[in-house]
Amino acid sequence: MFGKLTLEAIPTDEPIIMWTLAVVALIALAGIAAITYYRKWAYLWNEWFTSVDHKRIGVMYIVVGLVMLLRGFSDAIMMRTQQAMASDGSPGYLPPEHYDQIFTAHGVIMIFFMAMPLVVGLMNIVVPLQIGARDVAFPFLNALSFWLFVAGAMLVNVSLAVGEFARTGWVAYPPLSGLSYSPGVGVDYYIWSLQISGVGTLLTGVNFFVTILKMRTPGMTLFRMPVFTWTVLCTAVLILASFPILTATLFMLSLDRYLDMHFFTNELGGNPMMYVNLIWAWGHPEVYILILPAFGIFSEVASTFSRKRLFGYHSLVWATIVITILSFIVWVHHFFTMGSGANVNAFFGIMTMIIAVPTGVKIFTWLFTMYRGRVRFETPMLWTVGFIVTFSIGGMTGVLLAVPGADFLLHNSLFLIAHFHNVIIGGAVFGYMCGLTYWFPKAFGFKLHDRLGRAAFWCWIIGFYFAFMPSYFLSFMGMTRRLNHFNVPEWEPWLLAELLGVGIILCGVSCQILQFYFSIRQRHQNRDLTGDPWDGRTLEWSTASPPPFYNFAQQPVVEGIDAYWGMKERGQKTAVEADFQNIHMPRNTAMGLVISLFSLIMCFALVWHIWWLAIVGLVATIGGVIWRSADDDIDYYVPAEEVARIENQRIKMLAEA
Amino acid sequence: MRTRLPCYVSRLLLVGGMLLLGGCDMVLFNPKGQVGVDQRNLIILSTLLMLLVVIPVIVMAFIFSVKYRASNTKAKYTPEWAHSRKIETVVWGVPLVIIIILGVVTWKSTHALDPYRPLDSDVKPLVVQVVATDWKWLFIYPELGIASVNELAMPLDTPVNFRVTSDGAMTSFFIPALGGQIYAMAGMQTQLHLIANEAGEYRGIAANYNGPGFSDMHFRTLATDAAGFDKWVAGVRAGQGRLDKDSYARLARPTVKHPVEHYASIQPDLFQSIIDKYEGMNRSREVEHRMGHMQGSIESPVGARQQGQ
Amino acid sequence: MSNLVQPNATAPESEHGHSDASSMTLFGFWIYLMTDCILFATLFATYAVLGQSVAGGPGAADIFELPYVLTETFILLFSSITYGFAMLALSAGQKQKVLAWLGLTFVLGLAFIGMEIHEFQKLIGEGYGPDRSAFLTGFFTLVGTHGLHVTAGLIWMAVVMFQVQRNGLTMVNATRMGCLSLFWHFLDVVWICVFTVVYLFGVM
Repeated sequence: MFGKLTLEAIPTDEPIIMWTLAVVALIALAGIAAITYYRKWAYLWNEWFTSVDHKRIGVMYIVVGLVMLLRGFSDAIMMRTQQAMASDGSPGYLPPEHYDQIFTAHGVIMIFFMAMPLVVGLMNIVVPLQIGARDVAFPFLNALSFWLFVAGAMLVNVSLAVGEFARTGWVAYPPLSGLSYSPGVGVDYYIWSLQISGVGTLLTGVNFFVTILKMRTPGMTLFRMPVFTWTVLCTAVLILASFPILTATLFMLSLDRYLDMHFFTNELGGNPMMYVNLIWAWGHPEVYILILPAFGIFSEVASTFSRKRLFGYHSLVWATIVITILSFIVWVHHFFTMGSGANVNAFFGIMTMIIAVPTGVKIFTWLFTMYRGRVRFETPMLWTVGFIVTFSIGGMTGVLLAVPGADFLLHNSLFLIAHFHNVIIGGAVFGYMCGLTYWFPKAFGFKLHDRLGRAAFWCWIIGFYFAFMPSYFLSFMGMTRRLNHFNVPEWEPWLLAELLGVGIILCGVSCQILQFYFSIRQRHQNRDLTGDPWDGRTLEWSTASPPPFYNFAQQPVVEGIDAYWGMKERGQKTAVEADFQNIHMPRNTAMGLVISLFSLIMCFALVWHIWWLAIVGLVATIGGVIWRSADDDIDYYVPAEEVARIENQRIKMLAEA
Repeated sequence: MRTRLPCYVSRLLLVGGMLLLGGCDMVLFNPKGQVGVDQRNLIILSTLLMLLVVIPVIVMAFIFSVKYRASNTKAKYTPEWAHSRKIETVVWGVPLVIIIILGVVTWKSTHALDPYRPLDSDVKPLVVQVVATDWKWLFIYPELGIASVNELAMPLDTPVNFRVTSDGAMTSFFIPALGGQIYAMAGMQTQLHLIANEAGEYRGIAANYNGPGFSDMHFRTLATDAAGFDKWVAGVRAGQGRLDKDSYARLARPTVKHPVEHYASIQPDLFQSIIDKYEGMNRSREVEHRMGHMQGSIESPVGARQQGQ
Repeated sequence: MSNLVQPNATAPESEHGHSDASSMTLFGFWIYLMTDCILFATLFATYAVLGQSVAGGPGAADIFELPYVLTETFILLFSSITYGFAMLALSAGQKQKVLAWLGLTFVLGLAFIGMEIHEFQKLIGEGYGPDRSAFLTGFFTLVGTHGLHVTAGLIWMAVVMFQVQRNGLTMVNATRMGCLSLFWHFLDVVWICVFTVVYLFGVM
């Protein structure tokens, strides 16, 4: 009746988990109580959960991503503590069965449920505004993508309370992830949470590819688009070409596990090396999906806060396109040590190095944007300069790893760990933090608390260096990754330094939490009345903060790069009395949430082998899609008078500002 | 205003660098075998080449931040300047040149350091068969007829040809002091060629996570002179224990922190039979009925190459 | 000052606006189809790598019956032709003809799936199921995934027929038929590749 699911699935014998669940339950209950007390359920449902507005969806992505950051970061704290305690032969406080789930969950959560939503969230909020469009091409699919992502995140979180998570590392190599070596439900949780959120990501890729190509405002040719939009376009291409590989590969792994097939088993002809190739053929483009939008953010910020045109716009765009193409032909560098032969290894090593060239070009581009500019060191600019320094070091270590002969010594060591954290934190995460601070006022109408933001930056960057630079040296001392305990006393001081670094980052995260709290409390002091708090250059700054739900009453006509800067120089007003028309807008709908809920049920049932429930979930999911397709009432017209009323309000506010 | 690093700072950097790299005993920078030496030198060379770009970037980041900060109104301000062919040529060209150099180095070194390539030496190589089985390392010396668990003895200045496989999950065979690693995979045989040029006891590890016993899956590597090696072999031979199909089956049961064990005699072809347990990349050797023409070990484009059948 | 105003951008939605949405939907579906192409490419690549790993069991030449598969192939190809006629009837605005051609396509598609299930059942019955060897795993998955796509197409087709019956040949239904058309022909192309790479090459 319940498949493999029994009450024993709840880990009552693991105090750490039980306490965590208790705290989470308390916070959730407090949240529910507060919403009920302030009677906000209707508001949440009507304005947020059923919204198909890209701005709302973007904010929700970021909220979930930040919450998952807390879980992934807790994993990091636990791992660093364990390693600092267990370097002299003692077992530490985390048994291997638990530790091994933590390092797997840490990777999965940080990549899929922290970084991806932050990227997609910023894409959602910003891109339609930057191209002068009213929404994305397929607003309902956008909402569906978000809720599918939430379903995936929920599945990962449920695995903490019911059952276990995978103990395989975040890419889950077989045969370890196959049925014989991982008979439990952990790998199944892994597979289904990634599959379901992967569908969401793929739909996002389709959505933004079509949006950017087909919905740009008149006059905005491709080479007049803001750089962030360019990077999102290339990111969409990466998603479209790489995520099907992930879907197929996880599908094959699930066939091995559910139907006893032999794709990647040791026996009867399976080939685990095929999985390694496939998963990295997806995995490498994935990390570029994470970094390219960050590059875009830094381009916007460097230009705005240097009060200067972005240097080498065309070079930057071509460099991004080159990186996009090259990222598909480097995947073997993740497993030089698998024995592919010198010709294969050398080819992929050289291809990997070649990517360093356009990446280096970009870094110089940002530096030369600062050169002979007037650089204001607001918080976003701090993140930018911190990124330039940190990412360069990380990129260098990447090129080192790209030399197969060197990689033979460094593969899977802490050098690798240090390298990818160097580029992911120093590159991607710094980019998202920068983007969050930069576009927060646009989304909410007030700026974030400034001093706490600066404190957060300094804690993050100092903490990062303490937490990861020692890893380079630990690797030189022979330390490999994913060790749970060891007896090598000379590693101890470095591990303690890393624990200190994690503590400093914790201060940074705390600053950010406090920053949100105080910013909301003091929002009236930090109101953004003009819609252009940073003296921006691109079209999103021409709208109110927050923009009206239809974004633009009339689509602007663009005459060059940095469209809004041009408008300001020509003295064009952004809000004028005019002959407004009716605006065609999509209706809110609950079907995105409903369809995702059914697929969550289906996936949970699949994890626990509750076949009848899985079928019910599948039928309900398909039914939901069909129901949605039969709905004729999916759009409406905003009357011109309503548009006029909203626009006139803005004109008044601008006059008073 | 030109900036120059004050004298004492550059001296400090040099001393600091030496301290960091030399002071602590960093096994990767104190390799005990030629392969490790070549690989370490590759790391240093690549780092220096990359620093040619990275150091100017970091320096520029600091200088530009200071000089062009908004409050410094004396600095030149050219808000519309966004293009310079000279700068473009340099920023595309210089990294390209460096990468071309590094590319040539990569091509050559990848072939020279190919783990499958036998080492250049006049000394007759020693063959050691390595089986990774949860969670311990079995070393079989086929020419000497002995085997050992979690203890590998190597004679000095003698190339050792490792033939590596796994009887379970994928992992990696790695002796950091001697040189790079190679994956151990079931049903396949990978190769690694190493040599020890300095006597000592070195740590060997599994370098790819393969389950709960992973953290304890390390082994001792004893590099001794010829006399010491012969003594070790004699000691093993003097003991009891025969490694055959049955004793291997007992050994292969999952254990953690497995103590060192020796086998005084071995069943020949045991290693091959462990590989043959799995299909791996082996084409089928016989078909149940009808056509029986599939054969051959095709060189795989995606992974380990097969020893000929 | 009024460069900002773009007269046509917010024209009240008429045929112009709707056909824009329609072409955008088709374009978006086309892009999705390309990702599906990559999914199949992954399965093809895996089949190529695993194709010889028969683990002492039967190989391709032992289990494929070309005449049977050729029949399947022609049924599917024919169903593409009938769908084409459905699209012609759509542009001519002939609702009953559209439903008839769609119905015929549906029957042909169902026959294709039926034949495929029969082939699978026979092999499994002989002990040559996907759990027997890596080759059979690859075969069943590649062919089976194509079959799953066809099945999804059939469900979709049934829903479209129902909606055409109910609402007539609206713009929305026309767009959906266009997307399904792309889907159906795409599956045809994939099948040609499957037939060639799996069955023909396997037997020769």
